[in-house]
Amino acid sequence: MAASDANAVPAVTMRARAIEYIGKRHRFHVWEALPWILIAAAYFVFPDRMTFGTQVLIAIMFALSLDLILGYAGIVTLGHAAFFGVGAYTVALLTARLNWGEPVTSLIIATLISAAAGFISGWFLLRYRGLTLLMLTLATAILLQEAGNYRSDITGGYDGVPGMEIWKLFGVFENDLYGRTYYIYIAVLLFLVFLVVRRIVYSPFGAALTGIRENVRRMHAIGSPVHRRLVAAYTIAAGIAGMAGALFAQSTAYTTLGVFDFESSAKVMVMLILGGTGRLYGAFAGATIYMLLEDHLAKLSPEFWQFGIGLLLVLAVLFARRGLLGLIEDIGIYFKTGGKS
Amino acid sequence: MPQSIVILISILFDGLAYAMVLFIIAVGLSITMGLMGFVNLAHGAFAMAGGYLVVTLTKSWGVPFLPSLVIAAVVIGIASIPFERLLYSKLYKATELDQVLLTIGLAFMTIAGYTYFYGPAPLTVPLPEFLTGQIDIGVRTVPSYRAFIIAVGAVLIAVLWYGFERTNLGAKIRAAVDNRRMAQSVGINVDRLFTLTFAVGSGLAALGGGLAIQTFGLTPSFAVLYLVFFLIIVSVGGLGSLKGTLIASIMLGVFDIGGKYLYSDAGGFFIYALTVLVLLIKPAGLYGRE
Repeated sequence: MAASDANAVPAVTMRARAIEYIGKRHRFHVWEALPWILIAAAYFVFPDRMTFGTQVLIAIMFALSLDLILGYAGIVTLGHAAFFGVGAYTVALLTARLNWGEPVTSLIIATLISAAAGFISGWFLLRYRGLTLLMLTLATAILLQEAGNYRSDITGGYDGVPGMEIWKLFGVFENDLYGRTYYIYIAVLLFLVFLVVRRIVYSPFGAALTGIRENVRRMHAIGSPVHRRLVAAYTIAAGIAGMAGALFAQSTAYTTLGVFDFESSAKVMVMLILGGTGRLYGAFAGATIYMLLEDHLAKLSPEFWQFGIGLLLVLAVLFARRGLLGLIEDIGIYFKTGGKS
Repeated sequence: MPQSIVILISILFDGLAYAMVLFIIAVGLSITMGLMGFVNLAHGAFAMAGGYLVVTLTKSWGVPFLPSLVIAAVVIGIASIPFERLLYSKLYKATELDQVLLTIGLAFMTIAGYTYFYGPAPLTVPLPEFLTGQIDIGVRTVPSYRAFIIAVGAVLIAVLWYGFERTNLGAKIRAAVDNRRMAQSVGINVDRLFTLTFAVGSGLAALGGGLAIQTFGLTPSFAVLYLVFFLIIVSVGGLGSLKGTLIASIMLGVFDIGGKYLYSDAGGFFIYALTVLVLLIKPAGLYGRE
């Protein structure tokens, strides 16, 4: 629409159009049920692989939190594992040092503490961009790792937190050998988190984040409080990552300082990139495929797996910048238009 | 002489030797990042490749240690050119995220490839006679290999400083780091300049990788294990600044060794805290352009 047209339309009509457009984007599509049907189906088809399924769900939640800041707000971070680690260690230290192993309350506490960590670090870090921001996020994660290593009398260092004991879920459900209880528990939480994230990215707040990603100067120019928006998104993402970390600690009853590794931050980024950033379901596709491939290939040959992931990344950057889902979308468009576009 | 001064001198000496290796590897990264703003996380992979080339040359082909260092630097430097021309050059205008992903991908592939051929265990290299002993520097005896590293580092710093500050080529590089567009518009071929500095930087990284075998230990994961250190040096020193890279290397080297001597548990913490502090106050690094 040309600028002169826009002036001719009354403001009320413009507003109504905008509301309609945003409403249309926000509406649920039929295909959006697919991942949830698959998650539910997996429970019945592979009842003895639920320990693995649990880890996949946690990876999805972790990747989803990264999608909110990387895919939507465009914050490139190399230290997202910091918040996963804070969540995991909150749960671990609560049970090992304070004898509090109740899953739900410790999950809430872990989420809040991770969000607080995200708020504090985000407040300082998100003034910067580019390499400086990359380095600061990376250094934050390692700083936490080193702090944990320094006080290894409390954290157990790289050997892991000793004596973790997670109580029964709601005081009733024991986590069985196959992890079925936790699969359902985490699937429900993932669904709730997903609803929240979906609501956020389609809200005006989410639109502002996308605006910051696309053109930060223009967002400054139109008076958007860029820093506050970024910190808010970062805090939420940190909370979700912390929740994923807490669930990891609860479901495995095990945590080491390795969770803070650069490799963990890189891994979740790879998952998201392979699935596709800024599209919510990219986290689902990417994390699932990554975990499945890792499960099969890493056992056969770790070198082959690492080489393959590296190659996939290079190819994705050069040829499929929008990830697997973007690729599927492109193929769909290709067939719809008969290969003309 | 009081014990505390001996400890201090030991820390300074060992830290300096450590810093020289870090400097030799990181300097190329700093210049190339300053030139093109390219976030190259695969830089450590070139250092690692250099280290393995030195091992192969000395152990399998019987080449003495010193010539193999030179050969490794030249070979890796030349071998890095196709990477720059075919892959990196496509992403100069891309976002940092794309650059990070591409170079992480390359680093993963390199690590996997070298693990497949050389195995994950740390390798060593046979040193010539005069580098294995101890020499006396007045206060205490020190491993002559560390003295050798410091000497190599000092020579390289002198050469780099001369090349950077006193030659036509160095002036062009400094001009391009300061303002790429302006440099281009006065007729400097920044692309070719970048290819050249990239090759030299990778060659230096390979030399550093070769020197690092005895001090850091060489495994395929070297490519990412010390990457964080290189990135800290580059960002704390300031992109494209020789002086900044040197000062940041010495700070990191001395503080890390000092931390390990005096507070073995908190040493690492201190370095990262310092890094965060410097970057919060001076986001472009100590000698970087705002």
